[in-house]
Amino acid sequence: MALELKGVTKRVGAIQHIKETSLLLEPGHFNVLLGATGSGKTSLIKLMAGLDPMASGQVLMDGEDVSRLSTQKRNISLVHQFFINYPHMTVFENIASPLKVAGMAKSEIEGRVEEAAAILQLKPMLHRRPHELSGGQQQRCALARAIAKESRAVFLDEPLANLDYKLREELRDQLPELFAGRGAVVVYATSEPEEALLLGGKTALMRDGRVTQFGPTAEIYRNPGNVDAARVFSDPPINTAEITKQGSMARLGAGVTWELSGAAVGLADGTYTIAIRPHHVLPVAKNGAHVQLSGQVQVTELSGSESSAHFDMGSGSWVSLAHGVHPYQVGELHDFYMDPAQAYFFAPDGSRAA
Amino acid sequence: MKTENQKAWFFVLPVLALVAFNALIPMMTVVNYSVQETFGDNVFFWQGLDWFQQILRSDRFHAALGRQFMFTFLILIIEVPLGIAIALSMPRKGFWVPVCLVLMALPMLIPWNVVGAMWNIFTLPDIGLLGYFLNHVLGISYDMTQDPVAAWVTIVTMDVWHWTSLVVLLSYAGLVSIPDAYYQAAKIDGASNWAVFRFIQLPKMKTVLTIAILLRFMDSFNIYTEPFVLTGGGPGNSTTLLSIDLVKIALGQFDLGPAAAMSLIYFAITLLVSWLFYTLMTKDDLN
Repeated sequence: MALELKGVTKRVGAIQHIKETSLLLEPGHFNVLLGATGSGKTSLIKLMAGLDPMASGQVLMDGEDVSRLSTQKRNISLVHQFFINYPHMTVFENIASPLKVAGMAKSEIEGRVEEAAAILQLKPMLHRRPHELSGGQQQRCALARAIAKESRAVFLDEPLANLDYKLREELRDQLPELFAGRGAVVVYATSEPEEALLLGGKTALMRDGRVTQFGPTAEIYRNPGNVDAARVFSDPPINTAEITKQGSMARLGAGVTWELSGAAVGLADGTYTIAIRPHHVLPVAKNGAHVQLSGQVQVTELSGSESSAHFDMGSGSWVSLAHGVHPYQVGELHDFYMDPAQAYFFAPDGSRAA
Repeated sequence: MKTENQKAWFFVLPVLALVAFNALIPMMTVVNYSVQETFGDNVFFWQGLDWFQQILRSDRFHAALGRQFMFTFLILIIEVPLGIAIALSMPRKGFWVPVCLVLMALPMLIPWNVVGAMWNIFTLPDIGLLGYFLNHVLGISYDMTQDPVAAWVTIVTMDVWHWTSLVVLLSYAGLVSIPDAYYQAAKIDGASNWAVFRFIQLPKMKTVLTIAILLRFMDSFNIYTEPFVLTGGGPGNSTTLLSIDLVKIALGQFDLGPAAAMSLIYFAITLLVSWLFYTLMTKDDLN
């Protein structure tokens, strides 16, 4: 089973919610749609599920064009951020509902429900109603419904967003296992980059209704294709600055210059945006972090094993994140050292240059 | 902590006084009449339960009661499914929602005797719009003043016209309270339209439908004005429903004792059926 989008768009009135998007989603790993609220994750899922009409393009399942097929006939599952269970049915009936609708034999329904309930630890609650369950159990029930159905594609639309922290971690650890080996394409929408990294698989970065980069999640982390992609996987936010390249030298602001290395050497002379993660900007010179920057310390945070400092270089504010505890004084002038080999270079239009 | 506050009595007492004057005292008067015989001049003779026995054994009462149940049964079996069907096909959002709602509410805003008069004029065989059209244009023999079947068709149609809206509006209120997410979930489950109705819409409408059916039962079981104005209980006694018969006995024949006994029996039946229905419909919710 593979789910393919070909030039899919969605339009409501004059507004284009989804700009031309093509993706090939495969089973065996999570396909994460990562983007901020309003970036089009849910819209895209609704198009794939057939809940909303497309303006153009095709959705293919295993090569078969399902664009004209109604949601009912696509054999898919969808788990929402909100716990959607039928309130007047018991947990058993909820999990069984898609099977019952499909006209499956009673004995087989029971078997499948039991299996799904066992996986999600719902067995003791099968005869309760959804409102008698906790939030985590309600979402488990919704997940069990998706698992029992054995659909061709499973869409998880921020399924953990409304759970408390501990439950979220628990369920997130279980999720990849739940769907492993089931042959369904799993699409997982989230606004949290950390979730995408933890779930592994592939990630499609979404912004303003378009997929800006798609590939193995770790690869996107290591090799962001554009400034936005670089910004996504970084907490605290990635440091960016405009630099001027001339020959083999780069200049940042008034006084900071360094000799370029690697692919950046081959770039044409001009202005670029560099992005460098906070943990490659350190308060002491070591391990290649040697380009000295100087700034006034504005905010510091200690988190036990790490300390961060926001400092103002005059041309902009950067963040440094280092292991251990560093005694910063707010307001003092402090030197920081960045590792230029770790910087990403982006052309003025935001695309990756080196 | 329990707070003692006697102020509530000040709010309850006036209501109690009001209810006493408009319900309890008249009702006790009826009870008083039902066990006595009077020939006027405030002279009463004790009768015990004679009137009750007489009414319960009377063929006339049985016939009126039968007609009454028939009428209520007919209008419920038409209005409830029709009301649900109309509610289901009404738009959920957009410009047409208020238009539909106002159009639906319109029949209910018309005073009952006006409804009766309207339908009387509308259906009169030779001058009524509908009566003339049926008889002289379509050639269908229709005369609600002579033919009992035509009279029944007319009073049932009138009630359907007048009160289906109530079922529509209550069902609609139940329907719009269903979040889109359930419809989506049902689509994803692969549910047909029938399954969506049976497993999502109907359960969600159950509470309001219970109220709608209860209100329609009570109103139709006690109906007086409209059929009285429309057919006056005729032709013959064919549309003499319980309340019409009751008024005939009380005011036409001035048999106050039997009429009072009949009122109490009538009241007890209404109460009993309503209670039975409500208990049955809400049985599931209790456990």
